[in-house]
Formats: sequence, structure tokens, C-alpha cells
Amino acid sequence: MKRYITRRLLLLLPTLLLVSFLVFCIVRIIPGDAVTLMVAEMGFADDEAELRAVLGLDQSLPRQYWNYMRNALRGDLGTSLWSGQPVLEEITRRLPLTFRLALMALFWTLLTGIPLGVLSALKQDTWLDYLLRSVSVGGLSIPSFWLATLLVVFGAIWFRWVPPIDFIPFGEDPLASLGQLVVPSLVLSVALSASIMRMTRTMMLEVMREDYIRTARAKGLSEWVVVIRHALANSLIPVLSIMGIQMAFLVGGTVIMESIFVLPGMGKYLLDAITWRDYPVIQGINLFICTLIICINLVIDLLYGVLDPRIRY
Amino acid sequence: MKKQPHKRTRDTIAALKPHYLPASADAGGAAPHRYHWLIDLFIQLVKTKPLGAFGGALVLTLVLMALAAPLIATHDPNEMHGMQTLVPPGSDFFFGTDALARDLFSRIVHGARVSLTVGLGAVGLSIFLATVIGVLSGYFGGVLDTILQRCVDAIMSFPWLIIMLTVMSILGPGTGNVILALALAGFAGSSRVIRSAVLAIKHSEYVLAARSIGCRQPAILIRHILPNVAAPILVLATLGLGNAILAEAALSFLGYGVPPPAPSWGRMLSGDGLDHMLRGPWLVIFPGLAISAAVFGFNMLGDALRDLLDPRLTGGARANK
Repeated sequence: MKRYITRRLLLLLPTLLLVSFLVFCIVRIIPGDAVTLMVAEMGFADDEAELRAVLGLDQSLPRQYWNYMRNALRGDLGTSLWSGQPVLEEITRRLPLTFRLALMALFWTLLTGIPLGVLSALKQDTWLDYLLRSVSVGGLSIPSFWLATLLVVFGAIWFRWVPPIDFIPFGEDPLASLGQLVVPSLVLSVALSASIMRMTRTMMLEVMREDYIRTARAKGLSEWVVVIRHALANSLIPVLSIMGIQMAFLVGGTVIMESIFVLPGMGKYLLDAITWRDYPVIQGINLFICTLIICINLVIDLLYGVLDPRIRY
Repeated sequence: MKKQPHKRTRDTIAALKPHYLPASADAGGAAPHRYHWLIDLFIQLVKTKPLGAFGGALVLTLVLMALAAPLIATHDPNEMHGMQTLVPPGSDFFFGTDALARDLFSRIVHGARVSLTVGLGAVGLSIFLATVIGVLSGYFGGVLDTILQRCVDAIMSFPWLIIMLTVMSILGPGTGNVILALALAGFAGSSRVIRSAVLAIKHSEYVLAARSIGCRQPAILIRHILPNVAAPILVLATLGLGNAILAEAALSFLGYGVPPPAPSWGRMLSGDGLDHMLRGPWLVIFPGLAISAAVFGFNMLGDALRDLLDPRLTGGARANK
């Protein structure tokens, strides 16, 4: 296991290096000079030469990359052109809100996706199964931003409910703060839940045909024990891998939810940075999020071995 | 000049191929027409996958709507009808009018063109990139595979929306840029699927046979490997179209998609028009339904095609029956 962890950590390095290189290139190589636009549209400097010097773009590309990596490893992701604040400081200030939103969405996803997937598998080829499967495909097809807009519009028309404009910080009133995240996290969880439900159903059907399930039944165990302890426990490992893949989707989803429900999280920060063409922020957020997702996927990979004793490294 | 393999040798290679395709395709040279398997596939889809066939019907409707948009639309999609702003749905304007007095029904019909153009462009580019990378990586293996796969790993760690927004913020608005952003966000995942399909067949007897008679690498790749990974590519393209339509709508919703006045479904739902939506809720309902129906159609059709063509991709065909 230790050897596997070491190998995985070593493999992580080239991937992280590539990510940093891609993030570095994305602002510099794509045609269309970002600096020209920044000066013309946003007026971040008096002329292009000044802004290039501020961004360090007047140096050679290898020197730029070296500086960029050296600073990133020291925890310096640059300074926002708009606010003048260090990017990492801004990210860490906004990250807890995005993290709570994602975590709540994940909670709703597991709460609904896994039980419905199990139910659908146990009632295979019945009307309930067809209904749940259609609902799951529907859940994958309905855009989250449409669902959120429907809730905002019809909530206001029918129930006089509008999402609060002022966000209550968690430290001020934890319950009220979490309460503000219930609706956006529920909307965010719809597509994820549908995907988890489909995977759970597929895996449950596979596992329910295994010999050890027949043995468990032959031993006289109750159906409840067979389903929960023997079938579900073994079905959840591939579901975990899907959740790892869905992390990137979840982070993308938070951008939309934070925009619709005016939540001052990291997604909203990115959207604002894009509107203001604040490239150090865009670059910093990309690097931060990608590193985070790579690390989450590594943890999930390592969890396999813990959860499934059949997996040996 | 390189000598071509003898016809009988070619027939032997063809006979060795274990196609994922329906029965008629396996007949090799006996098939009266090279697209015969497509007809078989269609019949199988209708007979065994009614939900998939329903998805196919939705997709067909969308395609027809896009092709015949000027004939179906009752008005010019960008024409403003004087003071008739936010008129509710009725006989003059089937889906009502928006805040600029434009006919919503006509805008939605023409919006199918925008969605399909962007979707097809993005999926075409994405599948092309994915096929090149997946086939080269899977077939040649070794250092090339390691390098390409680490690059794919790196690209896949970018959240789809964030990579698209970043690319759009740098390239600026434009339909071509949206297509490029969607393709960049989607090709890495597809290349993984194609690579695994290539890995599964690269040691097959017909590939070895082709190699042993002296076929060149490009010929093996184009004539023997590519046709046998066509099934997963078709499935990826169908599912990818649904995702591309959804992603374009999300980008447009956030204000970074296809620029106005093009009637994009996502932009119709944009948060900027929230005040108008409160006065005219039909502005929210119809564009959202159009997006959902299109994505639902492609998802159902893609799922059914996956079950029929390549059960390996489902992680267990039995389970999806």
C-alpha cells in the first residue's frame, strides 16, 4: 500500500506540472492579445507596455514560467488587477462558501441517488423502475440553470419567495447561512443524483446476480441484510469512482448556482474576474481548482483499497 | 511501389473481424450494401429500445426544425412587433413575445439551428481530436501513450464550465469560439473511451494478419482499427451532442455563448431578463423545455445505441436491459 501511495504521489507530479503549464499557456498562447483588451476595455494601465511589465509579460517565456511556478509553490498566485488583493487570499476567503455548497449538494445527491438506484434495481422491469429511470434521464437532461430560474420566477409569482440578495456569513448565523444554500444545493444535486442513481442501479443489478448473494440468501439472511450489507456495500465502490469524476462537474455547477443566487463564492469570483478580464485571478483560480480536483481524485483512488479488501496494491 | 495484399487475403482479414455492429455487418463481403447495418440498427432500435426510438424521434424533430426553420417559424426571429411586448401565448404568437416584442416561437424554432450548428461543430472537432489521440495512444502505446495520457489527465482535471469560460474570456464572443471552447472541454474524456476500444482490438487476429502480410501502419489504422472503433465513436458523438447543446446553453445563459441577436436558447433564459420573466413566465418555460427535450432526445438515443452497439461501455449490458 505504501508503495502504491508513493507511486501515485510521484505520478501526481507530472500531471500537476502539466496542469500548471496548460494554465500558463492558456492566457499566453491563444490568439488575440489579452493585454490589448485589458487596456482598451478595462483601463488597468495607461498603456500596454506598462501592463505587460505589471503582469511580467515583458520577460521571455521560460523566465515567465519559472517565476510563475516559483511563486505558485510559495503560495503566491498573483495579485488581482481589479481589487489589488492577493489571489490566494481572495480564494481562501471565498472557498468555504463554495465548499459548503458543494458538500450540501453531495449530501442531497447521496441521500436521493443511492436509495432510488437500489429501489430501481430491486424493482427491475416494473413500472416503478421505468418511472425512476425516466426521471433519472430527465434529471440529466434538465439544465440546472433552468431549474434554478424556474424556482426563482415561480417562487416569486406563487409564493412571494425571492432568494435573499445579502448573504449571511457562516460565522454570524450558521443556521441561516446554511439555510440560504438549501435551494441552490438541491438544484445542483439533481443531475448528480440522476447520475449516481443510474450507476447504483447498474451495479446493484450486477451484484445481485453474484454467487455470494445466493449464498447469503441460502443461509437464511433476511432480504434487508442481503441488500444492504452484501449487495449495496459492494455496489458502492464504482459509485465512488463516478463521484470522483463528478467533482469537476460539481465545481462547474457551483459557478452557475453562485451566479443565479448571488452567493459570494469562488465561482462568482471567477465570473467577475472574467467580466473584468482580470487574468491573474482567472489563472490563479484555474490552477487552484485543478490542483484541488487532482488531489480529491487521488484520495478517492486511495479510498478504494480501504473500502474494498479485494483490491491489493 | 508497395504491393497490395491479395483479395483472398483481404477477405480472410475481413472474416476475422469481430464487429460490434449488428448481425448483417458480420457478413463481411456478403452484405449487399455497406450501409446495410445502419438499416438493421434502426430496425433493432425501434423493436427493442422504445425509449431510444422516442429519443431518436425527438432528435429527428430537432433536425427537421433546424432545416426547415424559415418554413416553420411564423415570424422573423429578430423582428420587433411594435408595442406588443410580453404578449402571452395565443393564436398570433404561439409562445408569446419577449420584452423586445419578438415572437418567442420563431426564436425557439430558429434556436434549433444555433444549437445544432454549435453542437455538430463542437462534437465534430472534439471527436476528431479524441479519435486522433485515442487511436495513436492506444495503438502505439509506450512513451507516446504515457505522454498523451498524462496530458489527457491534466486536461480532464479542468472543470468543463471553467475551461469553457476561460477560453471564451480570452477568445471573445463568436460562434466559432464557442465551438472551439466546447470541443476543448470535451475531447479528453472521449479520447479515453476510444483508446480503451483500440486497446481491446489491437491484438486481434485480423490486425496481426494485416501486419503479417506487410500492411503499413497508416493502412492498418485507417482500414482495420478505425472501422472497428466506429461504434463507440458513434455513441460518444450522440451523447456528446446532448452535452454540447447543454453546455452551449449554459455558456449563453452566463452571457459568454453565441452573441446576440442569434436566437440562442440559453441566452433567452439569461438572468438579465429576470424582471421580464416575472411579468411573462412563458419566457422561462419554452426555451428551457426546448433545451431539455433536445438533450433528453440525444441522451435516450445515445443510451440505446450504446446498449445495442457496445455493451462494454455500459459497465454491464445485462443491467441496462
